[in-house]
Amino acid sequence: MLVSIYRYNPQTDDKPVMRDIEVEIPGGKDLMILDVLELAKRKDSSIAYRRSCREGVCGSDGMNMNGRNGLACITPLSDTVKPGQKLVLRPLPGLPVIRDLVVDMSIFYKQYEKVKPYLINDEPPPTIERLQSPEDRAQLDGLYECILCACCSTNCPSFWWNPDKFIGPAGLLQAYRFLADSRDTATAERLAGLNDPFSVFRCRGVMSCAAVCPKGLNPTRAIGHIRAMLIRQGT
Amino acid sequence: MVSRVTNLGRSGLFHWLVQRFSAVILGAYMLCILGSTLLSPEMDYAHWQAVFDSNLMRVFSLITLLALCAHAWIGMWTVSTDYLTDLQLGTRATFIRLLFQAGCALLIAVYMLWGIQILWSI
Repeated sequence: MLVSIYRYNPQTDDKPVMRDIEVEIPGGKDLMILDVLELAKRKDSSIAYRRSCREGVCGSDGMNMNGRNGLACITPLSDTVKPGQKLVLRPLPGLPVIRDLVVDMSIFYKQYEKVKPYLINDEPPPTIERLQSPEDRAQLDGLYECILCACCSTNCPSFWWNPDKFIGPAGLLQAYRFLADSRDTATAERLAGLNDPFSVFRCRGVMSCAAVCPKGLNPTRAIGHIRAMLIRQGT
Repeated sequence: MVSRVTNLGRSGLFHWLVQRFSAVILGAYMLCILGSTLLSPEMDYAHWQAVFDSNLMRVFSLITLLALCAHAWIGMWTVSTDYLTDLQLGTRATFIRLLFQAGCALLIAVYMLWGIQILWSI
């Protein structure tokens, strides 16, 4: 099988190129894209990519596979390419490339940091722990599962255009995770930090974030909830 | 919190609400004009003038004109801050963006004043 891989080393290359590599795919089983990359790396050890847990938990191997963002370790080859088609691997779009498929995620983490992704509670701490009812805990389902792989934010046109101002779907999903938390007491402060024309309102609701989330989460819905909270608070 | 002095009201929520409300007004006005046109089998200049001669229609048209201007400004401001950025244009971006925004503001102001003049000259 022909695998076309984005190759770029800023220290030695003038510009990035797509380089093809022939990989022997063993018959009888459906490999994950990460397995294909490992086979390609056996032929060319200079290919750079991130990987760690190989089971969709760490979020390291987010990349663009035949035009679609996802985690290479849990994306089956059969879902990505049709028989006879070439596998095309590129880095996550919109972020600076460090080398080949490895991107610099600093701006992504900076946006994540902006939403203060930790519990803020100014009430005196209880003896053991802050309790939640099962109903309140259920509010966090579909929010806390985010693994920060950046597949959603790097698939969002608004994030490509304003990565330094628009928080992006991943950051906003986490912003709502803490806004929805019954134990958090900084709701007004959190909302005040989001009520500018960029942080939340650059979301155009195209849902390309939800379309690619490897965990099946829906950041667009969370952004809608934040917008509703801002409307309730600000009108 | 990201702040820009060239946006109306400094608040994303304000922008968002103005765009939604103005879109509803524009939609209602279009339906009104469409209905008025379709319900009048003989649409001639005299009938058209009579429609716009009523104060109610003038006020509705003026509100629509203002809604259109606000909608257009927010839209063009958004386009300029999406595409005319440092990331796309480098250090010239601020100058080009300000020039574009000033041009849009001027054009919108001209259309608004011209529209008011037309409405009150019928």
